[in-house]
Amino acid sequence: MKTVLEVRDLTVTYPARRGAAPARAVDGVNLQVRQGEIVALVGESGCGKSTLARALVGLVRPTGGQVVGDGEPLGYSAAALKAYRRHTQLVLQDPGGALNPRQSVFDAVAEGPRLHGLTDRLGERVHTALAKAGLRPPEQFAGRFPHEMSGGQQQRVVIAGALALEPKVIVADEPVASLDASVRGEILKLILELRDSLGLSALVVSHDLGLAWNIADRVAVMYLGRIVETGTVEEVLLRPRHPYTRALLSVLPDSGEPPVLLTGEPPDPTSVPGGCRFHPRCPLRAAEPDPRCDGLDLPVLTGDPSASALAACHLVQ
Amino acid sequence: MTATDDTRSPAPSGEGAPREEAPPAAPMLDVRDLRVSYRNGERTVPAVRGVSFTLDRGQTLGVAGESGSGKSTMALSLLRLLPSTAKVTGQVLFQGEDLLTAKWARLRAVRWSAASVVFQGAMSALNPVRTIGEQICEPILLHDKVGQKAARARAAELLDAVGVPSRRLGSYPHEFSGGQRQRIMIAMALACRPDLIIADEPTTALDVMVQAQVLNLLGDLVRESGIGVIMISHDLAVLSHMCERLAVMYAGRVAEIGPSRGLIDEPRHPYTRALGRAFPTIGDPASRLAPAGLPGDPPTPAELARLDEGRGCAFEPRCSRAVAACRTDTVELRPSGPGREAACLLAQEGSEP
Repeated sequence: MKTVLEVRDLTVTYPARRGAAPARAVDGVNLQVRQGEIVALVGESGCGKSTLARALVGLVRPTGGQVVGDGEPLGYSAAALKAYRRHTQLVLQDPGGALNPRQSVFDAVAEGPRLHGLTDRLGERVHTALAKAGLRPPEQFAGRFPHEMSGGQQQRVVIAGALALEPKVIVADEPVASLDASVRGEILKLILELRDSLGLSALVVSHDLGLAWNIADRVAVMYLGRIVETGTVEEVLLRPRHPYTRALLSVLPDSGEPPVLLTGEPPDPTSVPGGCRFHPRCPLRAAEPDPRCDGLDLPVLTGDPSASALAACHLVQ
Repeated sequence: MTATDDTRSPAPSGEGAPREEAPPAAPMLDVRDLRVSYRNGERTVPAVRGVSFTLDRGQTLGVAGESGSGKSTMALSLLRLLPSTAKVTGQVLFQGEDLLTAKWARLRAVRWSAASVVFQGAMSALNPVRTIGEQICEPILLHDKVGQKAARARAAELLDAVGVPSRRLGSYPHEFSGGQRQRIMIAMALACRPDLIIADEPTTALDVMVQAQVLNLLGDLVRESGIGVIMISHDLAVLSHMCERLAVMYAGRVAEIGPSRGLIDEPRHPYTRALGRAFPTIGDPASRLAPAGLPGDPPTPAELARLDEGRGCAFEPRCSRAVAACRTDTVELRPSGPGREAACLLAQEGSEP
């Protein structure tokens, strides 16, 4: 399978505020998305998953490493970025905030094509995108404004806006977090349908492990700027190896096992612990201390999608 | 799951077993035909359209529903916390007294000391320019008639109880993480030892791990103190885990109410079933690469106003099992099993919809 989107040894460091250390939001990540594949990137807030998503679409310039789209390393000139965005599109969370309240649905979806000079048969392009996003018949929706639509319909407009440029990959940051429970499934179904009908690839960023189970082929679990475990959804969610993944799964209401509540403060990217970055909160290490946990740094996971599941932990290798 | 059930059972269940100090009289909270509508210019928009339930000390009731289902409006109307554009009718009998007609001074005495609220979004509910110590002490000083020193001591004790170090009484809200702020909100709600806590989406904005910590804490406190809890959430799985009974609201009414396990395992109302499937169980092959949704959208305020005047089931347009009668008949809650009721023409005891 062809790789359509890749990051190699990516780091994004935000400069220090006064008196504080720089924040290592993304601290060495390898990740690949292959054609027609849906990859879920999961983690808690502050783990760097949104920064990684923004770096993937060129909105954040990495401090180190590379973003590779369709085999070409991403350049950061205006022209290079513009060309890249026909290939990779971002779908934001909270469609209510992502849409301009004074812009009609037609104009919102046409914005991308207009910026790219694709004004030939613009109407047809916009209507096709609306129909693909499930707003049928498109003529009925094109003239509406965001406030005349439900949250689910607004998210479909945002997705139609991404589809209008016929990208190969969409990067969706919490695409259903702000939607109601019953609408959530409809939007997830749409992402699956787009993959099946258009061969679209997707990287879906979420805090919700159930979302990965619902739509993803592979999953990467992120903690404090690094991917700590990756593999197929079945491997990672049914047979988790990393103690962090195991803890995350154990606190779900239907997990059927005693919850492992992690103690201690949420991780802070301005002071990443040495050795394994999870060691201060790790229940495995608490049970059987090992000098490697706080003494020996772990290598960055290769992110090779054809390899079997990988976990960044001294104790479970 | 079983482990939680076992630890929960010694707590007073309330149902059929009233506590000694309360003679077998009325339940602690008895809500009868509660209706709330908002005035919006010329129009009146119904938000809650006739909700009734009871709750005793030590009982936990989860209220689930989507945005616009009226669940938060219903919960906040119990203590008359809604803006003046809201018109509330019905009865809210709390310890025998109707809070909807109570004098303002009486209501103020009940708030905090007998019944308190954990709001969603702790950042906006806490005052950013006052220390959390001052904020926790405020209701204690007001209601318990104790001195500064005793109030501080109680505040410190409360912070420790919710797992926030009490030496941080002098810190401001922005110096805490989201999970800690939500714990502080719970500490405030407990400050005057209330009999009832209304928790409005207490963990919605939190990460899974922090959510689990906060829910664990809330569960422990309820078991230890025998407080009655009404918890509002959109997440049926979380509610069924935390609460003995569940009420599922749709379009301002209760669609189904009954013991949590039964509602989750054998939903009688098609909407409960859809809501239960919306969040998959990891490992369940039926939901793998098959997200379950519900076509259509909840009724808009205008549609709600029309529904309120006419007959028929509010859920009919989205229901895959609707029959002709669903559009024409009046649909009321009807018994659908031991201790449960469902507002569906097709719901019968022992049969799934």
